[in-house]
Amino acid sequence: MNARDAILGKIRRARVVGDDAARRATVTDRLAAHRPGIVPARGEGDAAHRLALFLEMADKVSASTERLASADDVPAAVARYLRSKNLPQAIRRGIDPRLAGLPFDREPQLTVAVGPSDGHDLAGLSHAFAGVAETGTVVLVSGADNPTTLNFLPEHHLVVVRASEIAGNYEAVWARVRAEWGAGEMPRAINWITGPSRSGDIEQTILLGAHGPRSLHLLVVDDG
Amino acid sequence: MQVTSPAFKQNATRALADVTLQKAMKNVETGFIAKRAKAAEALPEFEALRDAARDLKTHVLKHLDLYLEAYEKKVIASGGHVHWAESAEDARRIVTDICKRLGARTVTKGKSMITEEIALNDHLEKEGLIPVETDLGEYIIQLRGEHPSHIIAPAVHLTKEQVAGDFRRVHTHLDAGRDLTEPVTLLSEARAVLREKFLLADVGITGANFLVAETGTSIIVTNEGNGDLTQTLPKAHVVVASIEKIVPTLEDVDTLLRVLARSATGQEMSVYTTFSTGPRRDGDPDGPGEYHVVLLDNGRSAMLGTEFEEMLRCIRCGACMNHCPVYQQIGGHAYGWVYPGPMGAVLTPTLVGVDKAGHLPNASTLCGRCESVCPMRIPLPKMMRAWRNREWERALNPAALRTGLGLWASVATRPALYRLAARAASLGMRLLGRGGRIARLPFFAAGWTANRDMPAPEGATFMDQWKAKGGRSA
Repeated sequence: MNARDAILGKIRRARVVGDDAARRATVTDRLAAHRPGIVPARGEGDAAHRLALFLEMADKVSASTERLASADDVPAAVARYLRSKNLPQAIRRGIDPRLAGLPFDREPQLTVAVGPSDGHDLAGLSHAFAGVAETGTVVLVSGADNPTTLNFLPEHHLVVVRASEIAGNYEAVWARVRAEWGAGEMPRAINWITGPSRSGDIEQTILLGAHGPRSLHLLVVDDG
Repeated sequence: MQVTSPAFKQNATRALADVTLQKAMKNVETGFIAKRAKAAEALPEFEALRDAARDLKTHVLKHLDLYLEAYEKKVIASGGHVHWAESAEDARRIVTDICKRLGARTVTKGKSMITEEIALNDHLEKEGLIPVETDLGEYIIQLRGEHPSHIIAPAVHLTKEQVAGDFRRVHTHLDAGRDLTEPVTLLSEARAVLREKFLLADVGITGANFLVAETGTSIIVTNEGNGDLTQTLPKAHVVVASIEKIVPTLEDVDTLLRVLARSATGQEMSVYTTFSTGPRRDGDPDGPGEYHVVLLDNGRSAMLGTEFEEMLRCIRCGACMNHCPVYQQIGGHAYGWVYPGPMGAVLTPTLVGVDKAGHLPNASTLCGRCESVCPMRIPLPKMMRAWRNREWERALNPAALRTGLGLWASVATRPALYRLAARAASLGMRLLGRGGRIARLPFFAAGWTANRDMPAPEGATFMDQWKAKGGRSA
């Protein structure tokens, strides 16, 4: 007997199952229905409430935030951020059309590299799939548009979030993921990011920038 | 790793006398407990979420075979591989085979208790591979040749001075005169050293907080980002996870995530929650070329249908040990195996045998704090009592204890004799007391007062007082 059958056999014997068809129906139903459990009330409310809560929660986890009237303001905001941190005017992004179409030429000093990071970039720019007001979380999706390496290797991660895509809670994000990829399907990686990297492993002192970015800067575009 | 649980008493005695350890352990009390309380209070739905989390995992355990099958199907459909391992040995062999086939040399690791359980690092080293722990705490203890003393804060037993000493000893390529007095400089140094390892690694190994049956997804929850670098950069990502990590749907994961970080570190959400489904896709510029999941049983299926089944609800948050007065005093190493604190006191006898780990469920006052904070509402004290019963049934307790309890039982079942004995003991103890306290008990009871005193009885026994006040005795 192979290990798979041995383990499943042990589970079945231990669980002394009754009606197998009923058990199967229960499981099939639960997987297909994916009903939400208890969803915290704090995320409920209109777009203005979700935006305000998102900004508040992001601040609590030491992410910095900046509101922009239009996506066209992103290049200037990137340049400003890099200057404020005394960083070279260089950033790396993926091929996301929502970023590629931005007027980076308005910032002649700014060098924009495109593609995944090999670990030598100081700053990365991504476009979020969604924001989550409940905990000030940004949701990023793997792929050429927004390479996963940009989320973790650069010391500074700048993320564009559309105000209209800030969900109240995680459940609303899953609904969008299913609409985009299909029921039961997922992109290779979904990264929920809630604040910059940190560690409390030495004497429980919380320090930012353990392995991932030391700072997370969220550019919230008012597109509502 | 070697099981030192049989030497629990010696381990604990040593821990209590260890001044550095005692200093480090103060951080548990001041850190985790207040943070968890604050996070729980900030979410009105927290208690209801704990109920939902309990019910969810109870449901999963009743349908575990079917959810595992559904999960496997989805992993394969997304291009991943599922390997089933009945034992630690099987799991180690599977992981090594993957590494060897890929011609791997450096293997990075995300923090994972399951790979501690199967002692993977030792095995990889024996096979000529170089395992590198990348979680800061795990990295520190790997340098020291130690094991984690806490399931989410592996180096909680150390002070920053000890860490500085280790870095100086191992990072010999760095300037010997560098300043390592602050945690922030230690962190920067580890970041730089480990960044090279991440980029060098051929295979990345992580555990999984959850496996999602609906989508074939594995989930890791971290704060540092090391787990993500571990699994994103190398040629292959190997997930080692035990069978009870299965969760039906993404919505069910939400429920567990809402209690996990709050119970563990007191965060509303950990920094990085990563959902991984299969290997790199067409057009992906990064991500692992291969994705493997090793599903490990290692004694868990044998817990199903027993009085220890509820332990399989555990999501490894560490709240039980943070709140345990015994753990706080002795730290995690004294427990002598991978899992310390109350959850370890229940799990260790299951996995290594009550004959070896019988001391652990006895090292509890059954105060119930663990159960009161467990996000999965696991009745840990009840299960520790169950282990004590089994130990008694199998006559594994010391002879003195068995004789003593037998003697007590024979007196307690004879009311007249019991009252007489109680009066004598009460009188004797009053004579021993000085200023209302007893500093030292004689003979076999001396152990009780070796580390503490106790109040002397103030007057007559309860039964005598009851009688004097006109109460009726049975």
